Amino acid sequence: MQISLEEQFQQKIDQEIKIEPKDWMPEKYRHTLIRQISQHAHSEVVGMLPEGNWITRAPSLKRKAILLAKVQDEAGHGLYLYSAAETLGISRDEMYEQLHSGRAKYSSIFNYPTLNWADIGAIGWLVDGAAIMNQVPLCRTSFGPYARAMVRVCKEESFHQRQGFECLWVLSKGTEEQKKMCQDAINRWWWPCLMMFGPKDDESPNTMQNMQWKIKRFTNDALRQKFVDMIAEQIKLLGMKLPDPDLKWNEATAHYDYGKINWDEFWQVVQGNGPCNKERLAARKNAWDEGAWVREAATAHAEKNQIKISSMLHPNDINLGS
Amino acid sequence: MKIKAKNDSAFIQYLLHLGDNALIMSHRNSEWCGHGPALEQDIALTNIALDQIGQARNFYQYAAVLINESSNEKQTEDSLAYLRDAWDFKNCLLVELPNGDWGQTILKQFLISAYQYYLYLELQNIQDEQLAAIAAKSVKELNYHLRWSADWVMRLGDGTSESKKRMTDAIDAVWSYTYELFEVAEYENILSVEMQCKIREAWIEKIKTVFGKATLAIPNSQWKQRGGKLGVHTEHLGYILAEMQFLQRAYPGSEW
Ligand SMILES: [Fe+2]
Ligand SMILES: [Fe+2]
Repeated sequence: MQISLEEQFQQKIDQEIKIEPKDWMPEKYRHTLIRQISQHAHSEVVGMLPEGNWITRAPSLKRKAILLAKVQDEAGHGLYLYSAAETLGISRDEMYEQLHSGRAKYSSIFNYPTLNWADIGAIGWLVDGAAIMNQVPLCRTSFGPYARAMVRVCKEESFHQRQGFECLWVLSKGTEEQKKMCQDAINRWWWPCLMMFGPKDDESPNTMQNMQWKIKRFTNDALRQKFVDMIAEQIKLLGMKLPDPDLKWNEATAHYDYGKINWDEFWQVVQGNGPCNKERLAARKNAWDEGAWVREAATAHAEKNQIKISSMLHPNDINLGS
Repeated sequence: MKIKAKNDSAFIQYLLHLGDNALIMSHRNSEWCGHGPALEQDIALTNIALDQIGQARNFYQYAAVLINESSNEKQTEDSLAYLRDAWDFKNCLLVELPNGDWGQTILKQFLISAYQYYLYLELQNIQDEQLAAIAAKSVKELNYHLRWSADWVMRLGDGTSESKKRMTDAIDAVWSYTYELFEVAEYENILSVEMQCKIREAWIEKIKTVFGKATLAIPNSQWKQRGGKLGVHTEHLGYILAEMQFLQRAYPGSEW
């Protein structure tokens, strides 16, 4: 009995066999993955900017070293992910081009500003925390290179979340001003972090297909709930408050209820109207444009060396071994 | 060579000088984080910034112990980095210069890495165990900094006509600051004259070799910018410190 390529493909996925770059795959699967992985890679790289903003102002040498290492990790995540996307037949330069022209998106969370030092802690704890919720299931995603990249990424993300919490913990035990910084940062980051999980399930049209392909393992709302439940407990240790008067434990559901998310704000930021969209994109474009002469020189130098090496290796000179 | 008394104030000044060079260089490199010409290079330069901050911490921690032993002060690595003013900083002017473009950043990095590499090679044999240990650990890191920055000098010098022009301009802009590396301040007398000559000769040899491969020339100008080692800095250092020290100054006595 003959079964179609499409059916074979789905069978593999159902049996939890990874799809590898050379395997047959539906065009829509390929495109969805390119979009998802490149968007993820762009998020890692754009995400370096709000945190990088505080490296030169970090308040102790230890914090400075931790922050530098953390932002450097994010660059590394970007690298793994661009490489994973490249296996699907798109180049890194093309992906950059899509980012710079605005055709490719990155996580909207990075369009919010880092205004005080506690924002560095809040990003680690809440933003990396939300990212982990999203990313741990991706370690089992159906596309092999993406799943393997995510295993490496997730290992580092848990360090990111811990250092963020620890940074806030110190502030929460500190002076009145430090407590104020801590609460201020939590107030500003909380709602945008809930938006990181994406639109509500009934407004997320691709969820069904993506779950069937095992590109997505849990729905947006399920992950968001898990995150709320985790943070609502952890914040008690900080002695801080989440800025949601409707947040409360629900005995019946055994989950925390939470207030209404401002989806209008979400879509505005997605469309480019967040507080820092323009700065973030301009910074990336500027780095790329300013780096053009450097990349050209490196290529030119490599080519010159290639010529030097091949002219040195005259056939008569090559010792073929004895 | 004369053995240092542990609380010798010249020796403490020397440790601060070494720490300040590493810290200010790290600060400048960290300004590139997220803005490099390619992701791989962003990562590489951040790596160097991280090594340098680690070196600065080692020097400051050691200096703090010696200061506290010989006085009633309670210095820490952070008080030394965050609560001294520009006139107390003893770094060479070269490390505080603005980054300029990637070419100028690379050039500064190469010049200073070559210097630190040969300096630490000597310091790892010095008769102070703690300093020798810090130098021995650092020289491994410097080995990479030097290789990486030398590769880039060669790439950019012998790349395109634009990159060559940019490197030539960068050399013109910073060369006069290199002499200070070898103008020996009083507190540097832990290095014997023989060591000082060895470091200087190895440095100039390295610069010549790499510039040669990069098709770049050493300028003839003999004008020497100096002052950093004695606490007389460029205007740039004040801004670096204003930025770096802001939180410690605005919220004194806090834990972070
Ligand atoms: Fe990451
Ligand atoms: Fe992270």
